[in-house]
Amino acid sequence: MYLSKEEERMLIGELGYAAQKAMEILVALGKIYDAERLVPITSAHVSGVSYANVGEDGLGFLEELASDGKVLVKTTLNPAGMDLERWSTMNIDKEFVENQLRVIDVYSRMGIEITCTCTPYFVGNEPRMGDHIAWGESSAVVYANSVIGARTNRESGISALAAAITGRTPLYGLHFEENRRPTVEVRVQQPKGDFEFACLGIIVGRIVGDGIPLFKGILHAEPDELKALGAALASVGGVPMFHVEGITPEAERSADKAVEKLTITESDIMNVKEEYATEANPDLIFLGCPHLSLTELKGIASALSGKKVRKKLWLCCSRSVKLEADRLGVTQVIEVAGGTILCDTCPIVAPVKDLGVTVVATNSAKGAWYSRNLNNLCVRLMSTEECIREATI
Amino acid sequence: MRKVDVDRRVHQGSDNMNDILELKGRVIKRGRAEGEALVSSQPISFYGGVDPDTGIIRERGHELEGKNIAGKVLIFPHGKGSTVGSYIIYRLKRKGMAPSAIINQRCEPIVAVGAIISDIPTVDCIDTSKFKSGDWVRIEDGKIVVERR
Repeated sequence: MYLSKEEERMLIGELGYAAQKAMEILVALGKIYDAERLVPITSAHVSGVSYANVGEDGLGFLEELASDGKVLVKTTLNPAGMDLERWSTMNIDKEFVENQLRVIDVYSRMGIEITCTCTPYFVGNEPRMGDHIAWGESSAVVYANSVIGARTNRESGISALAAAITGRTPLYGLHFEENRRPTVEVRVQQPKGDFEFACLGIIVGRIVGDGIPLFKGILHAEPDELKALGAALASVGGVPMFHVEGITPEAERSADKAVEKLTITESDIMNVKEEYATEANPDLIFLGCPHLSLTELKGIASALSGKKVRKKLWLCCSRSVKLEADRLGVTQVIEVAGGTILCDTCPIVAPVKDLGVTVVATNSAKGAWYSRNLNNLCVRLMSTEECIREATI
Repeated sequence: MRKVDVDRRVHQGSDNMNDILELKGRVIKRGRAEGEALVSSQPISFYGGVDPDTGIIRERGHELEGKNIAGKVLIFPHGKGSTVGSYIIYRLKRKGMAPSAIINQRCEPIVAVGAIISDIPTVDCIDTSKFKSGDWVRIEDGKIVVERR
């Protein structure tokens, strides 16, 4: 693998311990994926933040890196295991709080922005079309590639951090135009609302695995609907990128290559809805996986207006989106109704089992998938409207 | 798969008929180590598959189930499972229960990252079927010397 002089200096340790470790990681990954060289990046997004996932071992390694490591590019951070300010409303235990704050502190010392969100593109980490970036968090990766047109592979927390510290990533995979073309063409009928986009993502994710689908037949899609679609594709399958004909920026370049073709019908969508329907009574209803946009929060506020929330309703978003919602009076409407807005976190990475939750209801395909497979919860997947109705009956 | 150089020399004529095998692979993590080989023909998942405090393989039905990887030159085709596996390797190292070196057919990111952050010499692009558990293996960067005992 070709390395520039500066990269060589990093590798032999002339630029410090963290730069050396980071460069060793990138060079090894470059070898594994047959990259010929590294490429400079304009931004990074680091996952692996909840103490529940990082643990004492991860923290030990991060401490070593922070001894002299600083990020060289704009770098944002994925959600933590709790709201960094309102953890007491979540009933998080004291020991977890202290450990979580140690993780946050170590990332902060490396110069990473403590955004604690899976939607970095809503909080100022906004790469441009064609930019090379290194992002962890599969839902953010698929959004950056598909909706923004920036270029990233599906990085792990560690490889994204190594890229942030060196300002580089191995040049392979989705950094090349030829690897961004669709591998399968999917004919669909216009999905109705973010929930049907999520259901579509579940179906196609199961079929295409880590392929790149090109959707045909979608006439309009809001950014939030594309966010829901991508998160489902990336978690149920391992999809790094998708195209929507006439909507996403790189869809037209893909031409009519001979690829596998599928058709998804309304009855396929119905089947997924039924699969996740359960009579179990949810003790937590959560919206915001990936984190809610301001538009989504506004919609939820107007649905809640004048109603009374009778179950635990968590609405998860980034701190910046909440600040905007505060100013617009959106937060007040939600809180008066009895809903809780949580920042910096979500039920996937928070220690929800310890909070006595056994059945969750959500509108998120990704949230449902992880709640079931990672946290072993019983899950009801339904539309935003149904979630609000469930919370207020 | 890259090409694998195999240079096999059989030393004969002495009283103990040791086989010595020299192999050359691709360096994933530089370094020098030696130890007894522990060989698996199956992939290994460190997260969930290996006890992070003792180094004992816990995966049910794995051919190395119950075996301890601590201090061994661990030889297996490639890693599998969750990326948290990298941190498990790191934890094993901190507890003194990590393998002394790793040899893979084709290293993947979980093992590569784990080996680098834990300073465990690691080589890949090696035909791992050439090894038997109990062999004495010395590694120096990409060079491997195997002594059959």
